[in-house]
Amino acid sequence: MNQGALSPFAQTALPILGAGSLILAWQFLLPLAGVPAYIVPTPTAIAGVFSRNGSLLLSNLWPTAIEAFSGFVLGNLAAVLLAVVFVHSRTLQAAYFPVVLFFNTIPVLALAPVVILIFGLGMLPKIVIAAVICFFPTLINMIRGLESASPSEHELFRVLSATRWEIFWRLRLPRALPMLFASLRIASATAVIGAIVGEWIGSDKGLGALIIQATFNYQSDRLYAAIVLSSLLSIGFFMTVVAAERWSVRYR
Amino acid sequence: MAAPAIETSGLDVGYPGRRSAVTVISGLHLTVEAGTFLSILGPSGCGKSTFLRVVADLLAPLAGTIRVMGETPSAVRSGRGVGFVFQDSTLLPWRTARENVRLPIQVGRRSLSRMIDDRADELLELVGLSALSERLPHQLSGGQRQRLAIARALLGEPRLLLMDEPFGALDEITRDRLNDELLNLWRRTGTTVLFVTHSIAEAVYLGQRVIVLAAHPGRIVADHDLRPLKGPDNSCSREDPAIVAAMARMRSALGAAS
Repeated sequence: MNQGALSPFAQTALPILGAGSLILAWQFLLPLAGVPAYIVPTPTAIAGVFSRNGSLLLSNLWPTAIEAFSGFVLGNLAAVLLAVVFVHSRTLQAAYFPVVLFFNTIPVLALAPVVILIFGLGMLPKIVIAAVICFFPTLINMIRGLESASPSEHELFRVLSATRWEIFWRLRLPRALPMLFASLRIASATAVIGAIVGEWIGSDKGLGALIIQATFNYQSDRLYAAIVLSSLLSIGFFMTVVAAERWSVRYR
Repeated sequence: MAAPAIETSGLDVGYPGRRSAVTVISGLHLTVEAGTFLSILGPSGCGKSTFLRVVADLLAPLAGTIRVMGETPSAVRSGRGVGFVFQDSTLLPWRTARENVRLPIQVGRRSLSRMIDDRADELLELVGLSALSERLPHQLSGGQRQRLAIARALLGEPRLLLMDEPFGALDEITRDRLNDELLNLWRRTGTTVLFVTHSIAEAVYLGQRVIVLAAHPGRIVADHDLRPLKGPDNSCSREDPAIVAAMARMRSALGAAS
């Protein structure tokens, strides 16, 4: 059995080949198998939508991107701040953490209509839904990250008579960064999901609205184009988070 | 005559529990002269590390009194009188070697940390790591990491250096070399060292004086002054029959106690 490491060339070429072969099969084999175009349009038909209706797609991408991004920032910022409060006050953590846990058991989809009721039909409710969906995983990871310094690391800072402030900035926060980024990677995808779900329930613009409209009008090539664009948006966020992580967590 | 580095009487050491405290060492009477290299030898669970934590003011004593250089442990700690070297090097993985050594001047009361000279480069030189000062801890070997931890503890010239099994995780060859380097550093700085170990050979080779602790309850079962067996600068040979005999005495003291 030869299970040696792949050459660098193979490591970049094989994923491209893999994806390429599947797209080719999709293009040529699915129509041969008799799958109608209104259920699964071919890749070229989807690419056609991008060239024909590029401005329509773009005008619907921006609202979703802004909502997802704002929700991502807001939700994660709130989670980080609450985590900081919780690790510095056992009392507050004991009192409010169970409440937060309970809220997390409510499915975001069930919560979305309520958010729309409260905040109306503009961008704000979508931002809130995206924020809510990002909030919990980051809160949990950030609490664990801030508590992840070892006992001897805390003793080291105590021997040096470090203040709480210094312990936070020079020990707890750097220790928490890898775990924070782990949840930010997940949040980069879920924020987009949150924005799209919000648009489903009440909106006339955005990728979510486009998806709903295309579905009801049997414009499946447009539907697929919107799906591809949502996925590209998530990938864009994800890559940004990964780049930020590379820049700030340089060790290991 | 300067105050003794350590002076305890009737000292109970342990952990405060929810219902009742867990006492690890009880009724400890110990006086350590300033400038001494003291080895504290004992099996796991005898409370030797816990005792160091009381000296460093990381843990309050359960009962009795302790004076460190004539002051309370807390006064000594807040005056930056102690350096602590942990069993795991406890280097911050996101800081370079030099920045790890410089940590003591970046935290704590400004009035104090500003008085400390930035001797990081000198100390890196002293522990032989100048060439690696920009490396991150994970790029260093176990021995290099412990050298770095010692350099960090020495920044600010503490009057008391507490070492909690610092070489316990190293291979024997590296450990022997670091023992010699540590003795050299001690000769240069003249600081008092309390060195906790469970290695008999290490305790005897390093210490001017060795106290042997037994467990359950933690107590001193032997207290040896090794200065008569060693050179004036606390040097000795591991093969010297007198040193080998001292090791045998300590092994039997440990055996009789358990």
